[in-house]
Amino acid sequence: MAVGVPILPQRRLDQLLAGYERAVARRRRLSFAVLGVMAILVVAAGRYGEVDVANLFHHLSGLTSYFGRIMPKLSAAHLTGDIAEWYWNFTGWLKLLFDTVLIAYLATLAGAMGAGLLAFLAAANLAPSSGLRWCVKRLLEFCRTVPDLVFALIFVSAFGLGPLAGVLAIAIHSFGALGKLFTEVIENIDMKPVDGVRSAGGRFVDVMRFGALPQVLPNLASYALLRFEINVRASSIVGFVGAGGIGQDLFVAIRKFYYTDVSAILLMIIVTVSILDLVTERIRHRMAPVERLG
Amino acid sequence: MSVRPAVFVGDAAAILARHQALLAKSWQRRAGEIGGPLALLGLTLFSIWWLGISFGQLGAGLAHLANLVALMVPPSTGGHLPLFLKAMGETLAIAFLGTLAAAILAVPLSLPAAKNTTPSLLLRFAIRRLLDTIRGIDTLIWALVFVGVVGLGPFAGILAIAVSDTGAFGKLFSEAIEATQARERETIAASGGGPWMGVRFGLLPQVLPVIASQVLYYFESNTRSATIIGIVGAGGIGLQLAEQIRTYDFDQVAFIVLLILVAVAAIDWISGKLRAAMIGRRPERA
Repeated sequence: MAVGVPILPQRRLDQLLAGYERAVARRRRLSFAVLGVMAILVVAAGRYGEVDVANLFHHLSGLTSYFGRIMPKLSAAHLTGDIAEWYWNFTGWLKLLFDTVLIAYLATLAGAMGAGLLAFLAAANLAPSSGLRWCVKRLLEFCRTVPDLVFALIFVSAFGLGPLAGVLAIAIHSFGALGKLFTEVIENIDMKPVDGVRSAGGRFVDVMRFGALPQVLPNLASYALLRFEINVRASSIVGFVGAGGIGQDLFVAIRKFYYTDVSAILLMIIVTVSILDLVTERIRHRMAPVERLG
Repeated sequence: MSVRPAVFVGDAAAILARHQALLAKSWQRRAGEIGGPLALLGLTLFSIWWLGISFGQLGAGLAHLANLVALMVPPSTGGHLPLFLKAMGETLAIAFLGTLAAAILAVPLSLPAAKNTTPSLLLRFAIRRLLDTIRGIDTLIWALVFVGVVGLGPFAGILAIAVSDTGAFGKLFSEAIEATQARERETIAASGGGPWMGVRFGLLPQVLPVIASQVLYYFESNTRSATIIGIVGAGGIGLQLAEQIRTYDFDQVAFIVLLILVAVAAIDWISGKLRAAMIGRRPERA
C-alpha cells in the first residue's frame, strides 16, 4: 500500500509560499528597523559619552598590567612573610570592615523599622486614608530613586565625615526600597483576621498588630535580611565620599596606586560579603517553617 | 469535631482555663519573642557605641541639614541649565552604551556558562567563577579603576558599567539558556543542522525575549548607577552634583536631584512600554 504525501496544487502552494515570504519579510523589516534605531542611538550616545575606542586600545595593555600589578607578589619560598607584607594592615582593615558591617546593620534596622511602620499606611487594603497613602507612596518613591551615594554626599556636609552620614544615607535608601516591598507583602494578606479584629472593635493599631502583622512578619524579616546583604555592599562604598567604613581606605588605595592594597582590601570585602550572604541565607531558610506556622 | 461545645462569649476566663495547654506559648516561642528584640537592641546599642555615634552629633547634624534643605528651595539652575542637560545626556549615554556593551559581551560568555550548552564542565566552572568575581566588585569600584586606566570622563563610566554588568548578565543569560527546552535544538540537529545552527534557530528564539527584557531592566537600574559614578570622576551628572555639593550651591543640588528623578521616571516609563510591547509580541513568535 503506497502512501503518498499529498501534494497541494501549484496555485495553492504559491499562495502559501508568498504568504510565508511576506511574513518573513515583515519580521526582517522590523528587525532591521530596530537595528537601525539602535545604531543611531549608539552613534549619538557614543558622541555624548566621548567614546574613544582608540584610547581604549591604547590603554588596554595598561588595564591588563593594572590587574597584574594589583596581584600580590607571593613566592613559595617565604609565603608567610609575603602574605604578612601583603596584609600589612590586616587588623586595621578588619576593624574598618567591622565598621562597614555595623553601618549596614544599623541602616537596615532603621530603614526596615521605618518602612514597617509606614507600609501599613501605604497598603491599598489597609490604608486609613487615601490622601495619606498617596503622600507615603511618593515619599517612599523619592527615597528609593535618589541613589544612596547622593544622600551620603549631602549628609557628609550636614553631619560631618564619619559613619553617621553613611548609616543615615543607606537607611533612607533602604527605607524607600523596603517600603515598596513591604507594601506589596501587606497588600497580599488574607483580610479575614483583619476583619475579625475590626469587627471585635479594634482600633487601627489593634487591627494592624493582631490582624495584619502576624501574617506578614516572617516575610518582612526575610526581605530585611535580603536588604542587609545589599547594604553591606553599599556600606563598603559610602566611604568613597567620606561616610565611614572600608570604602575610605579602598578609595585611597585605588587613587594613590597602592596596588597590592587594592587587591588585599577587595579580597577581604568579597570574602566578608560571601560569608554574610551564606549566613543570612541560612537564617532566611530557617525562617521558612515559621512562615507556615504564622 | 462534629459537635462543637457551646462557647459563651464573655466567659473568657473559663475558656482560658479550659484550654490552657493550647493557648499557652511554648517557652521556646516566648524566649524568641523576648530574646530576639533584646538581641537586636543590644547589637544596636553596641553598634552606636562602636561607631562613635552620639546624639549630640545627630542633633547638630539635623539642625545643619535643615539649613541645607532650606537652602535647596527654590531649586535653581544657577544659569547652568545647558551644562546640566548635557551632563544628564552623558549619564543616559553611559547607561545605554554600558548596558549594550555588557549584553554583547555576556552572550559569548553565557553559552559556555550554561549547563546544556557547555563543551566542558571545567570551562563552565572557570567562567562561572570569573563572572562571580566580576559581579562581586561594585560598579563604583570598577569606575575608579577605569578612571585610572582611560582617564577622567564618561568613557570610564561606560567601561565600568559594561564590565560589572557583564558579570550579572552572564549569570542571568546562562540561567535563561538552562531554562530552555532541549527539544527545539534536537529538532535542528535531527534535520542535519550543526551546533551553531542549533543555537541560532533552536536556542536564540527561546531566550531572546527573556534576554531583551532583562537588558531593559538593567538599563533602568543603570540609569540610577550612572548618576553616581560621576562622583568618582567617571562622567555624567554625578560630577556636577558632587561639584555643587562641594561649593554649597544647594539650590542647584536640588535642581539636579529633580532632574535625576524626572530622567529616571522617563526611562522607567519608556522601558515599561518597550517591555510590554515585547511580551505582547512573544505569542506571535512561538
